[in-house]
Amino acid sequence: MSRLQVVSGKGGTGKTTVAAALALALAEEGKRTLLVEVEGRQGIAQLFETEALPYEERKIAVAPGGGEVFALAIDPELALLDYLQMFYKLGGAGRALKKLGAIDFATTIAPGVRDVLLTGKACEAVRRKDRAGRFVYDYVVMDAPPTGRVTRFLNVNDEVAGLARIGPIHNQAQAVMRVLKSSETAVHLVTLLEEMPVQETADGIAELRAARLPVGRVVVNMVRPEVLDASDLDLARTTSRAAIARSLSAAGLGGARRGGTAEKLVGPLLAQAEEYAERYALEQEQRAVLGELGLPLHELPLLAEGMDLAGLYELATELRKQGIA
Amino acid sequence: MSPDPATTQERRLGPARVLDVDPLLDDPDTRIVVCCGSGGVGKTTTAAALGLRAAERGRKVVVLTIDPARRLAQSMGIDSLDNTPRRVKGVEGDGELHAMMLDMKRTFDEIVEAHADPERAAAILGNPFYQSLSAGFAGTQEYMAMEKLGQLRAKEEWDLIVVDTPPSRSALDFLDAPKRLGSFLDGKLIRVLLAPAKVGGRAGMKFLNVGMSMMAGVLGKVLGGQLLKDVQTFVAAMDSMFGGFRTRADATYKLLQAPGTAFLVVAAPERDALREAAYFVERLAAEDMPLAGLVLNRVHGSGAPQLSAERALDAAENLADARIVDQSGGKAGLRNSPETHGSSESPTSSDPSGPGAAPTASDDPSGTAPAPGGDGGDGDIDDGSDNANGSDVGGSGEERPVDQLTAGLLRLHAERMHLLSREQRTRDRFTALHPEVAVAEVAALPGDVHDLAGLRDIGNRLADNRPELPDPAGT
Repeated sequence: MSRLQVVSGKGGTGKTTVAAALALALAEEGKRTLLVEVEGRQGIAQLFETEALPYEERKIAVAPGGGEVFALAIDPELALLDYLQMFYKLGGAGRALKKLGAIDFATTIAPGVRDVLLTGKACEAVRRKDRAGRFVYDYVVMDAPPTGRVTRFLNVNDEVAGLARIGPIHNQAQAVMRVLKSSETAVHLVTLLEEMPVQETADGIAELRAARLPVGRVVVNMVRPEVLDASDLDLARTTSRAAIARSLSAAGLGGARRGGTAEKLVGPLLAQAEEYAERYALEQEQRAVLGELGLPLHELPLLAEGMDLAGLYELATELRKQGIA
Repeated sequence: MSPDPATTQERRLGPARVLDVDPLLDDPDTRIVVCCGSGGVGKTTTAAALGLRAAERGRKVVVLTIDPARRLAQSMGIDSLDNTPRRVKGVEGDGELHAMMLDMKRTFDEIVEAHADPERAAAILGNPFYQSLSAGFAGTQEYMAMEKLGQLRAKEEWDLIVVDTPPSRSALDFLDAPKRLGSFLDGKLIRVLLAPAKVGGRAGMKFLNVGMSMMAGVLGKVLGGQLLKDVQTFVAAMDSMFGGFRTRADATYKLLQAPGTAFLVVAAPERDALREAAYFVERLAAEDMPLAGLVLNRVHGSGAPQLSAERALDAAENLADARIVDQSGGKAGLRNSPETHGSSESPTSSDPSGPGAAPTASDDPSGTAPAPGGDGGDGDIDDGSDNANGSDVGGSGEERPVDQLTAGLLRLHAERMHLLSREQRTRDRFTALHPEVAVAEVAALPGDVHDLAGLRDIGNRLADNRPELPDPAGT
């Protein structure tokens, strides 16, 4: 099991949710995980229903069995100042750099420095040991940028290492790359059973593989329950409306006669079934496409009540049940 | 049964203002429509659908997309979009639709080529730092999108420009990035970076320059000497262009505030997307950017909102119970019910004697085939006054699978109603926060868009001015 678990996915697929559920799942049985946010959206805080996370590792959840989940929202600016302090004891000079706009430059505009700082901080957490020589975190889970950008994000160190051919940034980039390209890392992609996210997942996997980054699993999120199966749908196409009206009436929904309360439901219910059938067929197609990727595939259910803290634990349990954690 | 109290409570909020898309698209004064919103909400598709609709209503439109899914480009009949507007074929009416995809490197190169003499341009284009910067790291894409927008607008070639915004980590980034890049390019840091080259200039500057070259020394340590040298060469070569960058960034920013611009915030009826949309609405207001309204994509409706999820589930359960009764007793269970609900005539007391003891379950498998479509006619169905007659023996054998189907349809409906009320709650939270924002709801499609007809359909859904979700005021 890789110790750095990177979770990406197309926007809107719920990658932050999956990352958080994974962190919870991995923390079971007394383990300690760190959930890292790199995009400054405070999605983790919202998910765990806590106040905005500072740039500091803090405990946000206790997993079943006594494990702990810590969270960290990496602020690239503070990470850079930290880093400068650590290596150069800059002190006041750091502030002067900030005043000049150098920090802003480095963290927002300079090619890749921001990404190096973010991945660098995550890798540092992966390798950090306590005094007894044990890893401080059993697992680090990163809520990474979306699929379209994740390869460049993770691979940026290569680019930076090429651009800054010597010096500490170069060394840092190389060290980070060693972790990211090893079996210590697994990059998971979250998708929905819809055409565009599935296409993006397939493209993303190809890009990750081309960059020799270790691809982990595909997690299909928000899978709707199968309310009607293929034979139900066949039946829906062939059954007379009158028979359905009679059946609705039998269920206690009013008269089946034309214009009766039950009869008036038949049209809308069949229309919904038709939409369902169309979606069902599309979903089956997309499942097949995902099946051809040759990666372990997991499905997480759509939570009927929407996403909340209880739902997060539910998803974590599901992930464990499926052996992902 | 009385109406579900929870539902009536949810419908207390006043109805949102309805966003009327057509007048906005038709108005000759509307020159730019910017679609923004978080990732995965259908922003690019909305931009394309709006562009098509405006074109088919007679305008000459260009859609600038940032990073379209391949399928979307294909839906406009273009295999791959590039930095030049391509005319979309198959548009009905007198208007024109053109589509393009931002190529940020190309756009950046063009700026350099247009503003530097050939020798200097070549030096910049060959600089490793420039190559990385222009290949699209944080901020460049946003800046170049705004740059391209400015260029398109300046040409006066288009009646309407529809822009899709970059899939930023936060939807707000594109407002900041140009300023950031602009302020870097003519900021103090540049002077620091240039300092070593300029030492020995004016005597009065010397002291200052000492401090600055020290600073450059620190930067050199951190970035590595090679990179710093690349940056310095780049900066020196670009020196004369910096003022231009700032001016252009400012001009584009002003263009966005101008009356001919309309922002549309795009969202899906999900908590995160609407939260982001609310931030965006506030941010646009703070920046004096003209917001036209919110496009709420993928909203679900139902043709039978009068049947609540709870009642649908109860009814589905009734059918399941009746089946057990049928199987065990061989007698008619629930058949047609009268218009008044709640009066159960089913022999609920009869005890189901285990699933194994159901001899009728396997009888006559051919009986499971439903009667051929509707030949029974609707007229002969009665409403339960003749219960005993309605449940003739042959009928009950056929209706078991139908009951199963009906139960499934009811469960599907319950699921839809749950989704609907969740979407409604999410939307109402947004409208409570921002009652001033007009909303256009777009009904969810079961599948993806593949062609112009699909885009046209979305355009129709956008413009039909009909809220998909039940009116909060109640009907």
